[in-house]
Amino acid sequence: MSHDMSENLPEAHGASHGTDVVSHDDPFADPGLPAHEPRRTDIDERAAKRAERQVSLLFVVSMLATIGFIASYASIDADKLVYIFPLGHVSALNFALGTTLGVALFCIGAGAVHWARTLMSDHELPAERHPIEADDEVRNDVIEQFKTGAAESGFGRRKMIRNTLIGSMALVPLSGVVLLRDLGPLPEKKLLHTGWNEAKPSQPIRLVNMNTNTAMKPEDIIQGSLTFAKPEGLEESAEDFQQQIAKDALMLIRIAPEDIKDDKSRAKGFEGVLAYSKICTHVGCPISLYEQQTHHALCPCHQSTFDLADGARVIFGPAGHPLPQLKITTDEEGFLVATGDFDEPVGPSYWERPR
Amino acid sequence: MSSASGTRNSASKPASTRAKPANKAEATADWVDGRLGIYSLAKANLRKIFPDHWSFMLGEICLYSFIIIILTGVYLTLFFKPSMAETVYHGSYLPLNGIKMSEAYASTVNISFEVRGGLLIRQIHHWAALVFVAAMFVHMMRVFFTGAFRKPREINWLFGFLLLCLGFFDGFFGYSLPDDLLSGTGIRFMEGAILAVPIVGTYIQMFLFGGEFPGTDIIPRFFTIHVLLIPGIMLGLLVAHLILVFYHKHTQWAGPGKTEKNVVGMPLMPVYMAKAGGFFFLVFGIIAVMSAVATINPVWAYGPYRPDQVSTDAQPDWYMGFAEGLIRFMPGWEVSVWGGHTLNLGVFIPLMIFPLVLVAIAVWPFIESWVTGDKREHHILDRPRNAPVRTAFGAAWIALYLVLLVGGGNDLFATHLHMSINTITYAVRVGFFVVPVLTFIVTKRWCLGLQRRDKDKVLHGRESGIIKRLPHGEFIEVHTPLAQKDLHTLTAHEQPKPLELPAETDENGVARKAGVIAKTRVKLSEGFYGEGNQIAKPTTEEYHEITSGHGHH
Repeated sequence: MSHDMSENLPEAHGASHGTDVVSHDDPFADPGLPAHEPRRTDIDERAAKRAERQVSLLFVVSMLATIGFIASYASIDADKLVYIFPLGHVSALNFALGTTLGVALFCIGAGAVHWARTLMSDHELPAERHPIEADDEVRNDVIEQFKTGAAESGFGRRKMIRNTLIGSMALVPLSGVVLLRDLGPLPEKKLLHTGWNEAKPSQPIRLVNMNTNTAMKPEDIIQGSLTFAKPEGLEESAEDFQQQIAKDALMLIRIAPEDIKDDKSRAKGFEGVLAYSKICTHVGCPISLYEQQTHHALCPCHQSTFDLADGARVIFGPAGHPLPQLKITTDEEGFLVATGDFDEPVGPSYWERPR
Repeated sequence: MSSASGTRNSASKPASTRAKPANKAEATADWVDGRLGIYSLAKANLRKIFPDHWSFMLGEICLYSFIIIILTGVYLTLFFKPSMAETVYHGSYLPLNGIKMSEAYASTVNISFEVRGGLLIRQIHHWAALVFVAAMFVHMMRVFFTGAFRKPREINWLFGFLLLCLGFFDGFFGYSLPDDLLSGTGIRFMEGAILAVPIVGTYIQMFLFGGEFPGTDIIPRFFTIHVLLIPGIMLGLLVAHLILVFYHKHTQWAGPGKTEKNVVGMPLMPVYMAKAGGFFFLVFGIIAVMSAVATINPVWAYGPYRPDQVSTDAQPDWYMGFAEGLIRFMPGWEVSVWGGHTLNLGVFIPLMIFPLVLVAIAVWPFIESWVTGDKREHHILDRPRNAPVRTAFGAAWIALYLVLLVGGGNDLFATHLHMSINTITYAVRVGFFVVPVLTFIVTKRWCLGLQRRDKDKVLHGRESGIIKRLPHGEFIEVHTPLAQKDLHTLTAHEQPKPLELPAETDENGVARKAGVIAKTRVKLSEGFYGEGNQIAKPTTEEYHEITSGHGHH
């Protein structure tokens, strides 16, 4: 079949396909499609039979693997762990299901490809391409038809219809836009304040340890480690806990007062205990790494580094401004309290953020 | 109705003139054809010719992994609860017992531990997503470096590009759904990036999250976007992409018997039905085994999301790594504008460079066709070396991408290679500008070197490894002349001439000035095809002169 189609090809240079004889007028000319080279399975019936058996064997293995899949599903407990070298302890069910399913699928594919490569015809055939572009006759005919249609509609002539149609089509999507309004509230001043805003000098709010859920005294904050805190009254069971903690989370550190470089920062603290917002001013990750020697805090997401001894100044990384600091003191019982909000919004900056 | 009565009636009724079908299968096909016209459709396509080359499989991997993602994704929706309602976990995974979490996270843990095979399907879904985006990337590189995007395929290139971008985002939305500590941190990052948009940032944030971060709307909303909106658009684009592939027919490599006017290969039925159909099972099988042996995204180990907690080594999936790199190496510039408003350039600039990096590669086909002024169809592929500027640009783009990927994993590089994270970040800042330029220069020279080698091979033949001693004692290596098919293949590429500015005066002697755009175009064209930017192909004369009797050396 391939041979009678080869006359569609460009002029074949010399009938001697695949030989090293170079035609002398144009050595680079296209010699045409090379002759088909038969595969072993094309000429040796035994090889073909063998290939047939191989393909069938692959399909049989696939069937067995599917049976294995069903058997594994029915017999292996979902929480059973097995040790498989070199994977370690893995879920037995997941391993059995995945490998049997994988083998069942792979063998179908391998069988089909092996079949195509060994037993199906591998004669290369040329097919003609046709230009994508229409010829001029078709092109002019279509343009003529379009002009006729346009003229019959009167779209260009009746300007009032045209303009009002454009107007109505332009307006109608607005309904869809308006409908999106209730997706969420307006920003207003929501980002400006945190839960600490409830604290007043007359009604201070205690700082509660995030892990123990108890109020803290200054001596509970030890030098060299970060202590995480939240406002008293914010319980994990609260409906809006996630939303609140996303803004209220604090990290407390103790630095010897003489090591605090920033005077304003020292004044906001209490005897060397400083309370910073835990939310990074870059894009809002919680900061959790602390270097006790240098008093540097590092955000693990994008590595913004803040010098907590110097008003949480940004000393490295992509954050644009220092971490806000919460002014703290103690109440009459000696517990750490806040008497007001941060004096700037916490978290990543935004257009309306005062600066 | 029996066939006998049908024959009898046909004389009296004006029935179909078609001959009696030979068997039931033909009869069914006739019935369908009478309603859908399948014969005309199949006539053009059943024995459609596909050329054979391994790189043409890359697109198939994309298609098949997409199908796998849809199949497994539908299964996952049967068990996943896209809700941020609070629940307390009491399941078989004991470390999380009694912990408060969202329904989304709890149902993901249940899929992993309670539903038999659920973990496997989850892992196939995630692995297939990674393979999908990776395959799209490599497929796009194949199309780019071989010039397969040229006319008439520019629109299909854009369809493919859109599929890649949508694949990025759908992957991001997908891995955000489990509401675990890692993915929640990803959503927080997205929130911070949105807030950095000038003027409308806070509004978009409030409308997207239904209030302040995190709220209770974002997971259900992402779910709809992830399973319906984006896949729907992608399915449409995918069908259009495939229709165009069929309509344009495949490109092919230069070679004996292959021209711009034909396509040489083997027919869809049976060879490619078996090969391509079988390949689906190969891809699916391999991804299934990957999911059996390699854990991906073990959300149970991360714990539920809390805005005040984070794990170290927080990394997005690899395809978002370059965006992560942009955000990490950018200096924290924050400026005050318009009396007290804050412009967070440190986040906003990366947010703008992200699409620019992608668009830079997407518009290349249009830039190239403008510079070359080439309006012809191209179906014979270019070898990358024969288009040095294109190849160098593509390599520079990949280099930029890799630099950003390193930037996105700066913490991993720091901890695993024991390097300073600051040094890595500074290096990425410099590398962002320098590495692509160096890559461009090196790749272009490399291509030219390979072109010289091809020329050498055509004129002098291939080194045979046989050393011959001449009568006067000189040793030479015998070169074997190439077969004509190889000579043809190595000289089949076109070498365009650079554009020239029109004469400064027209035929009447009136001065005529070329505009800036025209001048740029000529300059670029010179850079593409001018002297020193491509190695002239060997000519017939050169070949005859060298091969006429002087031996090959």
